[in-house]
Amino acid sequence: MDDLGFILGSYLVTFGSISLYVASVVRRSRRAGREVPREQRPWT
Amino acid sequence: MTTTSERNVTGTSFTRGLGIVTLLGIVLLVILGLFVSPADVNQGESVRIMYAHVPGAWLAYLAFIVTGVSSAAYLWKRTRSLTWDRFAGASAEVGVLFMGISLVTGSLWGRITWGTYWTWDARLTTTAFLFVTYVGYLAVRGLGGSHHQRARRSAVLALLAVLEIPLVHFSVRLWNTLHQEASVAGRGTDVTMDGLMLFSLFLGVVVFTLMYVWLVLHRQRALALQDMVEDTGLDAALAARRAEAAV
Repeated sequence: MDDLGFILGSYLVTFGSISLYVASVVRRSRRAGREVPREQRPWT
Repeated sequence: MTTTSERNVTGTSFTRGLGIVTLLGIVLLVILGLFVSPADVNQGESVRIMYAHVPGAWLAYLAFIVTGVSSAAYLWKRTRSLTWDRFAGASAEVGVLFMGISLVTGSLWGRITWGTYWTWDARLTTTAFLFVTYVGYLAVRGLGGSHHQRARRSAVLALLAVLEIPLVHFSVRLWNTLHQEASVAGRGTDVTMDGLMLFSLFLGVVVFTLMYVWLVLHRQRALALQDMVEDTGLDAALAARRAEAAV
């Protein structure tokens, strides 16, 4: 496959950065969630 | 209070189901995009970058439009609620992520097809400007003040920033650019793309849309939790000050 590095790199950048963002959202929500009782969360 | 071991803080059964469907969609998209869909007659194998690049750009547009609409809903007195503000902030954050992905994947694609990672072409320049604008929007959201002060100033900025989107989208028609016009939703919509390529691109847009919804829901809830924590801290500080004054 021509230009394999660029093609794989684009998929790696795409799904790698989304994974890092998901990890960051989960970490921030868990940190804040420790201080907020479950019954105060409107979505639960 | 909750225990520190709680894992699923912002999830619901809906987001869990959505997450599973999205993950399956990502796997299918990668298989189709990298292995199954055919090479392009002109661009060869490099066309596979399209299945990440185009959905990223489209979802960034959608995210910024949602930010604008949510901001308008906040500013309108009848619908004023911090929930709108948090949706605006969450959507802008996800939009910046997708726009960044689109810029980087476009740069890699450009290196193959144009021979350069970057050129000050109208589409690329306006896209970079849009990206920087929304990074600035996120920075403005991080400034101090009450939740409503944050919401008001960022809503005004979002309504100005969303005006850039037509400029970016139509830049390929307004100026002579290296970037091609829209292949699928372009003038006359005369689609000459291979069926499997078109399906892979469509799947990419669907998967990125599901990802967008999942990310915004979780981020919006995380922002709500952060606001609650800040409110609790403020209430505690006020109570302490009152107690001091009473002594």
